[in-house]
Amino acid sequence: MCAKPLKKEERQVKTTGHVWDGIEEYDNPMPRWWVWVFYATIVWGIGYTIAYPAWPLITQATPGLLGASTRADVAADIAAVDAANSAIKERLIAADLNGIGADPELAAFAERAGAAVFRTNCSTCHGSGAAGFEGKGYPNLLDDDWLWGGTMEDIHLTVAHGIRNTTDPDARYSQMPAYGVDGILDETQIAQVTEHVLAISGQDHDAAAAAAGATLYAENCAACHMEDGSGDRTQGAPKLNDAIWLYGGSREAIIETVTQSRFGVMPGWNERLSEDEIRAVAFYVHSRGGGE
Amino acid sequence: MWDYLKLAGLGLVAVCAAIAANYARDLAYQVNALTVMLAAGIAFLWVLRTAGDPRPNLRHEYFDSVIRYGAIATAFWGAVGFLVGVVIALQLAFPQLNFEWAQGYLNFGRLRPLHTSAVIFAFGGNALIMSSFYIVQRTSAARLFGGSLGWFVFWGWQLVIVLAATGYVLGATQGKEYAEPVWYVDILLTAVWVAFLIAFMGTLMRRKEPHIYVANWFLLSMILTVAMLHIVNNAAIPVSIFGSAQVQLYAGVQDAMVQWWYGHNAVGFFLTAGFLGMMYYFVPKQAERPVYSYKLSIIHFWALIFLYIWAGPHHLHYTALPDWASTLGMVFSVILWMPSWGGMINGLMTLSGAWDKLRTDPIIRMMVVSIGFYGMSTFEGPMMSIRAVNSLSHYTDWTIGHVHSGALGWNGMITFGVLYYLVPRLWNREGLYSLKLVSWHFWLATIGIVLYASSMWVTGIMEGLMWREVDANGFLVNAFADTVAAKFPMYVVRALGGLMFLVGALIMCWNLWMTVRAQPARVTQNAVVPAE
Repeated sequence: MCAKPLKKEERQVKTTGHVWDGIEEYDNPMPRWWVWVFYATIVWGIGYTIAYPAWPLITQATPGLLGASTRADVAADIAAVDAANSAIKERLIAADLNGIGADPELAAFAERAGAAVFRTNCSTCHGSGAAGFEGKGYPNLLDDDWLWGGTMEDIHLTVAHGIRNTTDPDARYSQMPAYGVDGILDETQIAQVTEHVLAISGQDHDAAAAAAGATLYAENCAACHMEDGSGDRTQGAPKLNDAIWLYGGSREAIIETVTQSRFGVMPGWNERLSEDEIRAVAFYVHSRGGGE
Repeated sequence: MWDYLKLAGLGLVAVCAAIAANYARDLAYQVNALTVMLAAGIAFLWVLRTAGDPRPNLRHEYFDSVIRYGAIATAFWGAVGFLVGVVIALQLAFPQLNFEWAQGYLNFGRLRPLHTSAVIFAFGGNALIMSSFYIVQRTSAARLFGGSLGWFVFWGWQLVIVLAATGYVLGATQGKEYAEPVWYVDILLTAVWVAFLIAFMGTLMRRKEPHIYVANWFLLSMILTVAMLHIVNNAAIPVSIFGSAQVQLYAGVQDAMVQWWYGHNAVGFFLTAGFLGMMYYFVPKQAERPVYSYKLSIIHFWALIFLYIWAGPHHLHYTALPDWASTLGMVFSVILWMPSWGGMINGLMTLSGAWDKLRTDPIIRMMVVSIGFYGMSTFEGPMMSIRAVNSLSHYTDWTIGHVHSGALGWNGMITFGVLYYLVPRLWNREGLYSLKLVSWHFWLATIGIVLYASSMWVTGIMEGLMWREVDANGFLVNAFADTVAAKFPMYVVRALGGLMFLVGALIMCWNLWMTVRAQPARVTQNAVVPAE
């Protein structure tokens, strides 16, 4: 099938004698290296299919001499990691929430485990750097402005049960009225309240309208957001007297919020994450810089 | 009589399409039905106007007019496909380009199948049909079989493309990669493909040469296998005859396996065997040299078509697919390496004794680079099919880079070479308008492909490594979004590479246009003459 390559002067290859539209074909032998590599891959292939699961039979395939199974390999990998981490996971579950940081080994584990949980489950909304999405209702978790509290216990509860979801009866819950849509305030009044909110947050505002708005604010908003706009964490009512805004702090954005209200939802994670994972991610968020 | 039958048939199609448009359950179906109505109407008027015209006896002349249309369609769809490719490459680098006003029409998800179908089926398909018609007539010394069947194949194929493309943009898809067209487009495609088979086989059967040339083996294997793949993979039941939705016949991992049996062999038979058929004719013609080895062509042909059909499961390593199927897919892919390289050896060695032409003939240069990329991607493919390599490369941009070094390098470059070869001959022109522009095209395309492939290697391997990076406790280190952010510079380089490839293709279109417009005519004969 294959011949030794001939030296140039010996080479007088004939064509096969066929001609199509002027095309002829040389009767060259197949390159020797090509044939041998082809054979080698075939031999290797036969060997490989003997060693690994390969040929389908009637009820199952040949299992292969090595007993290899990708599924078993993955299961073994997962089991090995679980076994290596099981002791420290139990310690994490047993630990006092505020004591995690004091134990360097536990803290290092919670940091890594929490980071993995965060990247997989939380980063979709809060961003892979945990900086949230300003103006879109996804809070920044790096600062010390907390809607529902920034202690380990608060964060743990928020992660475990979520906010305003319909699946967990223990979810944190509150609802701001839609002042415009529900006809509680008219457009002028909403504009006046907005000027007041602009005033307490230190932005440019119409002083006369803001003064009128102050009364409306006291009647309608102060119960949750407090007289001075410092908010109320027990109800998840955001601070209004700073420069951090969940849905935007411009005049237009505030008017929209007052008119239509907002209803940010976070899932409760205790159905999908285990207690050690919730503790780890709470610790991770707590240690980002804003933890209290 | 025949004309009146055609008129009745076309009229019936137009009326049925109008009724279907009226009862359409979704916008894509409605637009498609109206397109069919329009196409049937135009064909009706055309037949009406030419009915009863005297038919000259063309038995002794090659049927080249349909090939001229094929050359135009190839260049046109190529430019469209590359343009959409550049747009989606930019959308990946700059997501703002998924404009709010174009959501649901021109966002990445809608344009991506448009790009793949435009380059594979519109550009590649037209190139294959056009070259098949050219090659089978010349190497059989016979006029294309079936009278105007060639026209049905050409226009039917364009209709399939338009229906599929408008369907994608309006949301009609089967959701199967490279088999996105919905059920009625699949049926039309089957009819066109069978007509293609009849025209091709019929010409071979009336050949005046004693033997069938190697290029025709490859082309015929492509036509037969693609027919089989297409029918099996698209088996589905329409939800309504007035809607574009359908339910697949297979479910779960069986569906995935059928899909990738189809998907990989679409690459194997459409983009490899078919284009090898083109290479086996046009490279010896352009080089004016005999094919290197007849023996090699026989062995690598049969080995290639026997082995390719097994390789599909390597697309599904580490999934619900059983290990045994995955092993077979991998083993056959690796054994496929040498049979694939047989084509490269025969192509390159055909040039031995004519290597000096590389300096003077940019078309030969294009063909050589094309064969080089063919060799590279048919080495890379078996390597990536090895499970251990695949665990790193799968789902990353490495796959995209691999596909494009094959598609841009091999399929693109050989098609450009064929167009440069064919256009002066089909239009009887004295050579190309400008060889210098061919050189420009060559370098822009080559550098573009290199930028594309290398940026995708870098970003693919980086991404694969980032995905699997774990810390001391076995936790993943990177979020998915981190890998997306890290890929940005490579995405810009890739878009730049694609842009260069597009500019090269536009230069080609201009060059071919000027060849037809401005080059002096030359007297050629296109009479059917058997080679002695």
